Amino acid sequence: MPMPDLRLTAAIIAGKTVAALSRALGAGGGTTMPGRVAQGLAPDVTARLARALQHGTVIVTGTNGKTTASRLISHILGIAGLISVHNRAGANLAAGIAAALVQHSTTGGEPRGDVGVFEVDEATLPLVHEALRPRAIVLTNLFRDQLDRYGEIDIIAGRWRATLGGLDRSAAVVFNADDPLVSEVGTQYPGVRLAFGIEDDSCGLGTLEHSADARYCYRCGVPYHYATVYFGHMGVYRCPQCGTSRPTPLVSAREVTNRGLEGTAFLLSTPQGSMHVSTTLPGVYNVHNVLAASACCLHLGVALEAIARGIGTFTPAFGRAERVRVNGRAAVLLLAKNPAGFNEVLRTMLRAEGTVALIAINDLTADGRDISWLWDVDFEMLAGRADRLVVSGIRAEDMALRLKYAGVDPSVMTVEKDLARALDAAAGASNGRPLYILPTYTAMLQLRKILQRRGAVRGFWED
Amino acid sequence: MSGVDLRICHLYPDLLNLYGDRGNLMTLAGRARWRGVEVRIDEHGLREPLRPDEHDLYFIGGGEDRQQRLAAEDLRAVKGPALKDAAASGAVILAVCGGYQLLGHYYRPSEGEDLVGLGLLDLITEHPGPAAPRLIGNIVIRASILGGATLVGFENHGGRTRLGPGARPLGEVVSGSGNNGVDRTEGAVAGHVYGTYLHGPLLPKNPRFADHLISAALRRRHGEVTLAALDDSLEEDAHGAALARAAVR
Repeated sequence: MPMPDLRLTAAIIAGKTVAALSRALGAGGGTTMPGRVAQGLAPDVTARLARALQHGTVIVTGTNGKTTASRLISHILGIAGLISVHNRAGANLAAGIAAALVQHSTTGGEPRGDVGVFEVDEATLPLVHEALRPRAIVLTNLFRDQLDRYGEIDIIAGRWRATLGGLDRSAAVVFNADDPLVSEVGTQYPGVRLAFGIEDDSCGLGTLEHSADARYCYRCGVPYHYATVYFGHMGVYRCPQCGTSRPTPLVSAREVTNRGLEGTAFLLSTPQGSMHVSTTLPGVYNVHNVLAASACCLHLGVALEAIARGIGTFTPAFGRAERVRVNGRAAVLLLAKNPAGFNEVLRTMLRAEGTVALIAINDLTADGRDISWLWDVDFEMLAGRADRLVVSGIRAEDMALRLKYAGVDPSVMTVEKDLARALDAAAGASNGRPLYILPTYTAMLQLRKILQRRGAVRGFWED
Repeated sequence: MSGVDLRICHLYPDLLNLYGDRGNLMTLAGRARWRGVEVRIDEHGLREPLRPDEHDLYFIGGGEDRQQRLAAEDLRAVKGPALKDAAASGAVILAVCGGYQLLGHYYRPSEGEDLVGLGLLDLITEHPGPAAPRLIGNIVIRASILGGATLVGFENHGGRTRLGPGARPLGEVVSGSGNNGVDRTEGAVAGHVYGTYLHGPLLPKNPRFADHLISAALRRRHGEVTLAALDDSLEEDAHGAALARAAVR
């Protein structure tokens, strides 16, 4: 028996102690600090614990859909009999990954799980992939997001390219064929490639939205021709100059039925056959998340039947179309953090009549400190179609001004900076109609904390 | 205000649109229309030539490096001469961030060749290299053209801009970095050509500056036009919230 590594043991114990203290003091989930403490004592803690996982690890990265796709992967793997070690609460920087590993290991460094499922911040990928040695990397999409922190999406794509260049060729890269920039990165990977995408023109919007980001060919700088646009810059595209075009997806969604907030149903088509699946995850953007998780699990050897069962039984992550109750009224939390995601959330919400919504905009680091992106969201679609809008958060005034220019009637709008009072105002106005709560990331965490105190939801670390 | 019209030209709307820049167009158009001014907005992308007498106001936004280079080449080769003629005849030009840099003599990136600018503003911009921090954050300036009133916004730029004797700063930095993080200047003005690093976008929360630009643009063909007062309470609240965010009282 090998000597126990005292340094590793000390790091694990210290990390676990910090996590327990954080919870006991009511300081929250302790999803990051335990990792920082453990890394301080044993800088290689992530690599050591990840390599002890019998079935290896998978990484999910991209701007939108990381949390949902990685939770779905973890859920499907559970149905296939594998226990995941997973940063479920979405702490997706290096310390959050270390914290999840520490939490799910014995003090001797033995993992309490079979496989690692890690959502990784898109800019953090180059810093953690060597330690995690993933069997698969899932690239969901690249949208402009938090420009103050990351700069430009071309820079992120460049970092991904460099990361994939150093990857063990046996690892699979699962990528979104409908996103031209992601696809450009994925198709250059010389190892196992698994493209996923939507094959249904009826999901198309007709035209590119204002917020479409990567609409110029990476090689030529000329605009792509789109045969179909699903949302943002997702679609079926082709460069008229160099001929670069969307690769044919191996895993695809066909015959898509969009049931609004109730979710979608489609034919999941894979090299292992096709199956009809249905999900409670709403919106076309979640079809991509389901495809990403399906393709990843197929690569890990999960049977198609188990994947279909997993999709049908999955419940959304906190804040992602999560059903909650506010003062006894039914409400849906829909995280909205960038223009493409916000447009999809608005479109999904507006499929119902007589909308009452609470929009909560914060500008803390995790939200992006620059809120100019609000002007790239197509709030114009709310004009004349919202019965009541309550605007809240640190930048409530900016949101109200944006709605004014979107043509929203000022008489349906209430500005209430305090989130608890804004919740009360929105619930009071809902009057039997469904209440939609659209917060940025930190506003979502604060709103859940308020609802949790009222006994309406569980803590995100218990979820 | 019958018979009064404003013709706006939005340059490179699908290349230079990084920071909610269309909010500036919405504000110019909205505030003019609310006064009964008829507004037309034309979009001019790559390879589409300009006629110097066609527009009263030109707007150029900011973009990513690749897009900025495409725009720079087009600006010089296709639109530059007409834009210079327009500026000389009293048309207003507003340029934000990347567009601002392109109105100067050149932009020297941290790697690659210089982008030659139009020279409409007497300034140069140089990137101090990949190791230098970007200048990012909430920013407040005092604008001399508005009698020292504050302008609020957000800045995010790697390049450092220095003004020559032919350009005045748009304002003095109260909080934030401004042109270069050193000399406390922000933006540049020469005649009716305005450049600034402030986005957020710039005009919705700074309605006085928006009106200043509208008046100047209308003057070219309509002479002095009095703009009626508007209910700016939401604008003032948002301006105040941005001052508070930048910790300015």
